[in-house]
This record gives sequence, C-alpha cells and structure tokens, in this order.
Amino acid sequence: MAELVYQKWSGKINETIIGAGPLSIKIGAEEGLPFLFKEGKIPNQPRIAFEVWDIAPADWPDELAGQYKDVFNNPLEWAGKCVQEYQAQAICLRLQGAHPDFGNKSAEEEARLIKDLLKALDVPLIILGCGDDNKDNEVLPVCSQAASGKRCLIGSAVGDNYRTLAVAVLADGHSIIAESPIDINIAKQLNILISDMGIPLERIVINPTIGALGYGLEYAYSIMERARLAALAGDKMMAMPFICFVGQETWRAKEAKAGEKEFPQWGPEAERGVAWESVTAVALLQAGADLLVMRHPKAIDCVRKYIEVSFKDNI
Amino acid sequence: MALSGLDIYKLLPKTNCRECGFVTCLAFAMQLVKRQALPEKCPYLSEQAKSALDAASRPPIKLVVIGEGEDKLEIGNETVMFRHEEKFHHPTGLGFIIEDGLSSEEILKTVNKINALSFERIGCLLRPNLIAIKQNGDASVFAAAVKLVKEHTNLGLVLISKDASAQRSALEIAACGKPLIYGLDKNNLEAFTKLAVEFKVPLVVSLQDLSELSAVAGKLIAQGVEDLILDTGNKNIAEKIWDLTQIRRRGLYRSERSLGFPTIVTIEDSADRFDPILEAATYIAKYAGVVLIKANEPWQALSLLTLRQNIYTDPQRPLQVESKLYPIGNTSDKSPVLITTNFSLSYYTVLGEVEASKIPAYIMTIDTEGMSVLTAWAAEKFTPESISAAIDKYGLKEQVCHKQLVIPGYVAVMSGKLEDACGWQVAVGPKEASGIPSFLKNLQL
Repeated sequence: MAELVYQKWSGKINETIIGAGPLSIKIGAEEGLPFLFKEGKIPNQPRIAFEVWDIAPADWPDELAGQYKDVFNNPLEWAGKCVQEYQAQAICLRLQGAHPDFGNKSAEEEARLIKDLLKALDVPLIILGCGDDNKDNEVLPVCSQAASGKRCLIGSAVGDNYRTLAVAVLADGHSIIAESPIDINIAKQLNILISDMGIPLERIVINPTIGALGYGLEYAYSIMERARLAALAGDKMMAMPFICFVGQETWRAKEAKAGEKEFPQWGPEAERGVAWESVTAVALLQAGADLLVMRHPKAIDCVRKYIEVSFKDNI
Repeated sequence: MALSGLDIYKLLPKTNCRECGFVTCLAFAMQLVKRQALPEKCPYLSEQAKSALDAASRPPIKLVVIGEGEDKLEIGNETVMFRHEEKFHHPTGLGFIIEDGLSSEEILKTVNKINALSFERIGCLLRPNLIAIKQNGDASVFAAAVKLVKEHTNLGLVLISKDASAQRSALEIAACGKPLIYGLDKNNLEAFTKLAVEFKVPLVVSLQDLSELSAVAGKLIAQGVEDLILDTGNKNIAEKIWDLTQIRRRGLYRSERSLGFPTIVTIEDSADRFDPILEAATYIAKYAGVVLIKANEPWQALSLLTLRQNIYTDPQRPLQVESKLYPIGNTSDKSPVLITTNFSLSYYTVLGEVEASKIPAYIMTIDTEGMSVLTAWAAEKFTPESISAAIDKYGLKEQVCHKQLVIPGYVAVMSGKLEDACGWQVAVGPKEASGIPSFLKNLQL
C-alpha cells in the first residue's frame, strides 16, 4: 500500500507583526504550502484589511461606493464604520488626496489624519502613498514619524524609489511593503536592497502586484507560487509574507463594475462585483496570500468566513 | 514512474539480435525511453518486461471522457502540481446539479438556464460542461428526469444515485451519451461495477478514506473498469485540498495506478449565494477534474468559468491575437487608429470599449509576443520602432486619410519619440480601457 506523500521544507516564511496594541496581527510564519495543515505549521490565518481613502474616491462603482456613502467624505468615520459595523481586523489607509492631481494635500495634513486615526482606532494600520514618487517621498516620512512606535505597515517601496521610505520606516519602527511588477527576480532584488538599508527581513512584506480574476490573475498566482516554493526551499530573500491589493484590482474589472442593463447575460451587478472580489481573493489565498486589502464589506465577510472555516480545528 | 534508458535495458534480452532494427539492445532502450520506438518491436520480451514497460508508458493520470460529440468533456492526463512547471492540461469540468424531484416544468426551466450559460471572454467561449441529475425519490422518477434532461441538452450527464436499479433504468435511456455514474460506495460495489462494464460508461468511486479509495479503485482496474473518477466525499475545505493534493501527488510522484485518475468534488448546497462559489473556486485552482454545484446564476457561472480560464491558460504561451489592423464597426478613412499589443486581454479589452463607444475605429495590434502594454514596453517589444514598422506593414496610410495615432496612456512617455520615428501625430489615450469611449467622443482628428 502506497503512503501519503509529505513534502519536507527547510525554509519558513517570516512572521511580520502589524500594530502595537492588543489587537495587533501576525502574518506569515508558514512552514508549508497554503492550507496543507498536515504538512507544515500554519500558525496565522490570512488577514483582511479594509481599504479606506483620505478623500472620497471618484471612480468607485455605485455598488461599492454605496456601501460607504454615509462616511465617504470622512476617513475617520469611514474607518470607524469598518471597525464597528464590520469588525475590521485592520485598516489600510490610502493617501490618495496627497496626489498632485487629486487635491495635493500637504504632508502635515496627512500626518494629522494619521494621528487622529491612530487615536481613534485599536486595529492595526496600513498606510499607502498616493503613487506619485516625489509626493510620496515628501508625505510618507512625515506620516511615518506621526505613527512612530505603532508598528504600521507602510508602502509602497519600488525598485527605483525605496530609500526615503526605508529610512523612515526603519527609524520609526514600522514594516515596509516592497512592490514589484509581477516579476520574481525584481521582487527578490528589491528585498535585498531594502534589507541592505538595515531593515530586518521580518519587517518586509512583498506586494507581488496582482491582476483581478480575468485580468491577469494567473500571472500573479504563478509568481506567488514560485516565490513561496523558493522560500520554503530555503531562499531567505523570498521568505516574506504577501500583501495583495484585491479590492483595487477587482473594482476596475468590467465584470465587477458594469450594470446589468449593459450586460443582461451577466446577471445583477450587486452579486457579480462581490463574487468577483471574493473569488479573486480566494484564488490568491491558494497561492499563499497572507494579507488581503479589500473593499466590499460583503466580499470581505465571505472571505473571512471562508478562512475561518478552513482554519477551524487546524491550528 | 518513468524508467531511465538503463532501467529499460535491464528488461531487454541483451542479445543484440537486431531484430528490432537497432544495432544493440542498449540503442533500442534509448529509443524506447524517448518514445521513438515501440516495445512490440522486440519479439523476445518477457511478460514481466512487457507489463513494466507498459506501466512506464502509461500517463500517470488517466484521461477520462464524459459525454459525447462536440460537447464531450475530457479530464485527467495532468502532468504537474504547479502550473508554472508546465501547464494544467484539461480544464476542470463544471457541472450543475438538478434534483429529480422537481416538476417537469422546473426541470426544463433549469436545463434551459444551464444551456444558456455561455460567455465570450478574450476570444474564447466559456461554457459549463455537465448536468448532474440527483435521485431523491423512486427509480422511475429518476429515469424520467434523466430522459427529460437528455432530450434537452447536449451537455454530458452525471447520474447521481446510490441505487443500482435506478441507475440501470436511467442508463437504458442515457448510456449512449456516455454519462458518468456517481453513487458507487462500499455497499453497492458489485452492482455498480457490473453497470460500468455492461454500459461502458465512466464511474465515480466515492470513499472518504484515501487508502480504501485506492484499494477499491485497484480492484476495479483488475476487473477491467478503468474509466474512473475519484471522490473523497463531503469534507471541510482544508481536508478536501489535502485529499486532492495527495491524489495528484500519488498519481504523479508515486505512479500509484489506483489513484492515477481525475477527481470530482460535489459542493454541498448552501443557503448562502457566495459560499459555494468560493468553495468551487478553491477546487478549480486545486486539481479537481470535475466540480458539481447547484448554484447556477449567470454571475456565479461567469466567475467560476473565468477562474478556470485563468488557471488553465498555458503560462508559457500567453493568449495572443494576430497582429494586424482590425477595423471595428463601419470604419472609413476618417476613423481613429488605436494602438495596442497583441496580448489577447489587451486587445479584447480595447475592442470591448471601442464597440461600446459606437464610434467606428481601427485597432492596430503590435506583435509583442503576447505581452501586455507595460510589460512589452519594458521588454522593448512595444516601441516607437515596432509601431512605425507596423504602420508600414499593415498599410495604414492606405486605410486612413489622417495621420494620427492613439497610444495607451501608460506609454505616454514614448509619444515624442514615436512622432519622430513615424512622422504621425500621436495622441495619448487613457490609461485604462474604460476611458476609451469618452476619449473617442472628444477626440479631434
């Protein structure tokens, strides 16, 4: 009689802690492939952060924007609603309003918001820049300092712009998101560069850049699988947890956004958008995602239940 | 397990008789390992050697066919655990369950709804593959439901019932369509084996425990029943992933013949509209050959079929369209010209938006070997030079009377160089294809 096939791994994923209080979360620390509990320890459940913006997003489709319409213009209330009403485990604040084309908020203004948020929230905070390199280099260090000691996760550092953020994150005790364009070699290279700046490996989280369901999901899926296999085989420069921006990608997809009037054969958009976001999330969990940043409360609820059911009796 | 040339050599008579057409037994062995010669060429092979060679040449996971004709489903014949190692070969069959207790009208309505689930994405037609009829009442009701479904669909059928006599009456109606019989367990083993042999139809073996599953499948193989699909019953998600992974690993890594078959998973019915979809998505990613589910709303089917398309895309060969000039709508020599890559997803996304705009336009796709806009730009496949060359190659000057190109917003940085290279005026389009309709409406030629 043949026996079960166990794979032995010499490597282990780093454990990253986000947040400073009693509600801080741990991600990573896997000793085997996703959901194969019998093969290697998986001590931490994947976590989901609600995405909140500092300005009202202009391009969120109605189905999504409608969920937050009462708090859309107030990031404090918005984050509060996510925590109180939806039991958010973490908040991911995107400082979109700092972008020169979207309000050009000053570093001080954003830092004040961060301070207020940290005062109001007990859950861990992830902070994202606006995507404009120059402005992010101006804003993020000030925000990092404002959050000093709160063990936030801040991003994103990219191949040609990581130094300023790395210096700030190191000084203020946070962790850093290292973003690479669906490319395993660039991901590894960037991790090396950032760790050369003195940031411990367990304070780096990989953003592999994902595509939504139907929009290049499979590229990210395989890059993540390859990176995870390399890490488990002992490559320490790949052994970081993954953060995946599921909401951001999903809600650009036509299948998530388009109304039923436009595509009657696709069915109602309310369900379709939630399905699109949660199926994208679940597929990426199979590839090793540790931290998902999502948008629709219903999709988040579904995926959280999915994770809890899968982890039940397994930890 | 694949044999090496030397392993095979040891099985040969080592007489160098040359009757096989090769100078030595070793040379013959080397050809066998490359599958360039057939074992039958050697007239002196022992029975033991024959069966060893036969086992080595057998695919580790058997190909099983359900249904008939154009809509038949082929599953199995997989070769890897991870898609980047090669690719996943035969996309998971998606099937929808219908209870036989429904009225004829309700059954017909559901069948028609399932038949109508058909979606075009990036040039491929996505459709489900199977309809499963599940027995709840007595055998005659089951047979009548099977008859009704069969008369109204071309999709392959799955007959779900533990009752061998109900299966028999259904098979008498439907066997010609090669349905899958699903219901064998420890108690009805003999009767179901008989059905599979008599009607020559594929058979699901359901047992919770992997060792028992392997043992029973082994017995069936010994009786000549080899079109098998494996099931480990209703379990929680993590256990199911473990089972599916073990079955795949034992087939591939251990050449365990009795587990070298495709798998099937039935999603338990749930009041929630999303839970079953997330479960099904999991098993599409993780090795299931067939997923059966009750939830058949278009948005549910669309998300699962899209995931299947993603996971089963060949990672070495991104889906591409022919690189050429595509006229969209009723174009004239005044129509705008939009440039993108020949990556299917890029082209079809742009196409969808141009069609939605109702403004006739040309889409010119550049041969980037299937890379997307930004990737191709970074890899220097999508450059002022390659675009200029395409303008000449596809005779753009003969098609339009203006000299303006629209390039994707993400490569705005190349606009100056492109103008210099080709002499056409360059307009920078939106970054996201969704901005194309409003962009085209405001475009001044």
